[in-house]
Amino acid sequence: MNPHLVLRVVSKLLIPIIVIFGFYVHFHGDYSPGGGFQAGVIIASAVILYALIFGMDAAREAVPAWFVRAGSAVGVLIYGGTGFLTWLLGGNFLSYDMLDPDSTHHAGQHLGILLVELGVLTTVFSVMVVIFYTFASRAPDIPEGEW
Amino acid sequence: MLELLAERFNFIIVIVLMMTGLYAVIATGNLVKRLVGLSLFQTSVFLLYITMGKVFGGQPPILPEYGGGHGEGYGGDGAHGTGDAAHAAAGEAAHGAEDVLQQAAEALTEPVASTQAHAVLDGADGIGHAVYSNPLPHVLILTAIVVGVATLAVGLALVVRIRESYGTIEDEAINSADYAIDRGEIGR
Amino acid sequence: MIDTLTSFLPPLLADHAVVLAVVIPLTLAPVAAIMPNGRLGWLVALLGTLAAAILTIAIAGDVAQNGIISYALGDWAPPHGIEFRVDALNAAVLVLVAVLGLLGVVYALPSVADEIARDKQSLFYSAFLVCIAGLMGVASTGDAFNMFVFLEISSISTYTLVGMGAGNDRRALTAAYNYLILGTIGATFFVIGVGFLYMATGTLNMADIADRLPAIQDSRVVQAAFAFIIVGLGLKAAMFPLHLWLPNAYAFAPNFVTVFLASTATKVAFYTLIRFVFDIFPSDAPFVQVSFLWVFAVLGVIGMIAGSIQAIFQNDARRLLAFSSVAQVGYMMLGLGIGTMAGISAGVLHLLNHAMMKGALFMALGIFALRFGVRQISDLSGLARSMPATSVAFTIGALSLVGVPMTVGFWSKWYLVGAALEAGWWWAAAAVIISSLLALGYVARLLAAIWVGKVPVHRGEEVHSRAPLSMAVPLWILAAANIVFFFDLSPVLEMARAAAEAAFAGGIR
Repeated sequence: MNPHLVLRVVSKLLIPIIVIFGFYVHFHGDYSPGGGFQAGVIIASAVILYALIFGMDAAREAVPAWFVRAGSAVGVLIYGGTGFLTWLLGGNFLSYDMLDPDSTHHAGQHLGILLVELGVLTTVFSVMVVIFYTFASRAPDIPEGEW
Repeated sequence: MLELLAERFNFIIVIVLMMTGLYAVIATGNLVKRLVGLSLFQTSVFLLYITMGKVFGGQPPILPEYGGGHGEGYGGDGAHGTGDAAHAAAGEAAHGAEDVLQQAAEALTEPVASTQAHAVLDGADGIGHAVYSNPLPHVLILTAIVVGVATLAVGLALVVRIRESYGTIEDEAINSADYAIDRGEIGR
Repeated sequence: MIDTLTSFLPPLLADHAVVLAVVIPLTLAPVAAIMPNGRLGWLVALLGTLAAAILTIAIAGDVAQNGIISYALGDWAPPHGIEFRVDALNAAVLVLVAVLGLLGVVYALPSVADEIARDKQSLFYSAFLVCIAGLMGVASTGDAFNMFVFLEISSISTYTLVGMGAGNDRRALTAAYNYLILGTIGATFFVIGVGFLYMATGTLNMADIADRLPAIQDSRVVQAAFAFIIVGLGLKAAMFPLHLWLPNAYAFAPNFVTVFLASTATKVAFYTLIRFVFDIFPSDAPFVQVSFLWVFAVLGVIGMIAGSIQAIFQNDARRLLAFSSVAQVGYMMLGLGIGTMAGISAGVLHLLNHAMMKGALFMALGIFALRFGVRQISDLSGLARSMPATSVAFTIGALSLVGVPMTVGFWSKWYLVGAALEAGWWWAAAAVIISSLLALGYVARLLAAIWVGKVPVHRGEEVHSRAPLSMAVPLWILAAANIVFFFDLSPVLEMARAAAEAAFAGGIR
């Protein structure tokens, strides 16, 4: 019998919940505690948990290295792109009100914050996973069995 | 004396942490331990900022609970007035309330001559007063933590590379290896 | 010259140039990171720095004509929101960073292709773009905490850039590590200082802080803030006793990184020092006055002499020039310490001139390293025969470093000595001259090796080589600048004077 059975079962149950919680934190970030950074770290922790329990190879299959590398770039582009969008719409850089100028209750602010935080989420998630992959995939000097 | 200490408890902790961290950075020859010291040093600064944002009796700077029963407390949108406030804040009502919070935040930075910022939420009817801690230092520190994480990641990555090329993470061993190169005893 | 430039950009760009100059390189950084090879990454970096250079020149023209530019990010009005604020002082620094960044990138391609592993090259350019965006951010922001964030953005990318020299010499890793430790301590000191200022004034906007400080200048919190900020920024600027990270970082980083760092990074940190000492803190307060003489002037003088002496005894060519940089920072500090209009403008003048001469010197060394693998001074032997053109450019830079007439370095020393004598500081003037003589000593070692040393011989034949065109052009632009500006200093001097006036008028206030 697999010695890590309990861990495997529990983490399989937990990982989807962690991810959903991450998105919850993100989408509530514009008017309650939370936001892209925390959400990104939470979602990345799900991937890292998966890698710890099921091994690096399985994690690499689920979340490939090229995906996170691209993600870390795309996130910044989403953030910067929001700024450039508001600039092209005629406002100052990152002036979210431009996204919905007719709104009477700053709908643009909400939209802008969500967009920017989506960029933060993407980058933070990707960078956290990249850092983990980079460190974890270096060949250890001490063979696994001799710790 | 004791009262003074009790009053400035946070600052004492900050100073102790700061000195411990700085000492560890200077005194140890182990590169990883030096990074640990550096993190400790930075953490003490986070604590310093958080301390100055604290207002006695202040709540966390989150939209306060407007209390059940205050049906009309939401700029006219009474339907959301009851029930758990966190969710009730959603929808149209949130925008009114958020504006109030923004105004309060502006009022907060305006007259502050000290860190004792008592901001008062009283823009819309029925919301009443709430004393809350100054949120700005928290935001700043969130940024500083991110910067600290990045620094630590780069530092550890460098240590990994140093370990791979020198086979050690002790300062003295690295130095003697470099001197050996300088004297030309070992080829590059 | 620069005030004759009317804004040549369309309003959509011109009105937002301040923020775009920072954001365009920052946004192009991830684009460079996902480029499949180094050549495309280089192209992206070239685009980013080109855009930044054009925008900063437009900004400088705008500032010269219309005065201070203030830009509210996200439409959050200044004392509350983050503000970008540019006056003549930071305009000069912005132009310096962007133009030298552009020349550096033009120069970079062959050098980086030679020194950095293939699969890392696009990431390398990405880190470079982040670095230049951070430096531009430091130079344009009007918010104290934002300045810390930009300072760390540029520093963290600098650590990685320095560490990438490990392909040549593994000591780059320890150099980067030590730089990281010291740089982070410096940044943390700076943050402590900013925190104290926030405690005392309740605001982070630099103009706002400046307004509120004179009333509370006797507060010990403010004085502690001053001390912490000076130490923190002094570390970043490699002020004399805090310079220990610099020699190794410059000596072991990839050549292109050294070119870029030597001509921009410490300059930006020096700008922040001027900004804090003259603009933000009340410069007539007793504790600031004391620091002029006993911190900046005395340490500057010790730094320029100690740095020059240490430079004389180096064997590694780049390390020698790095110690010389420590000495040059000393000149700038002395200019700051004199504390008069003439002193500041001499300091800023030397800041601009030093970027030209050190840029040229390190560029020439990079070309030598690419062709002949030069690292030690003895490796320079006879290069005047092998690479005559590059050797001449190197020599121009080296003579400018000493301050020989016909080079722009002469004017740096001229105005600095003049400012020192005007203030009655004959000892400082004497120190400048002594340090110049010492500079002659270490420069003579380099030049003797190049011009008099034995020509490298390979299988019985003299080896000859040429610099790649893309490296020779920026090198010659800088070398020519060293001579051209001797005969017509007015554009640089005007910039420096305007910067000093901005610092003095409390331009940010």
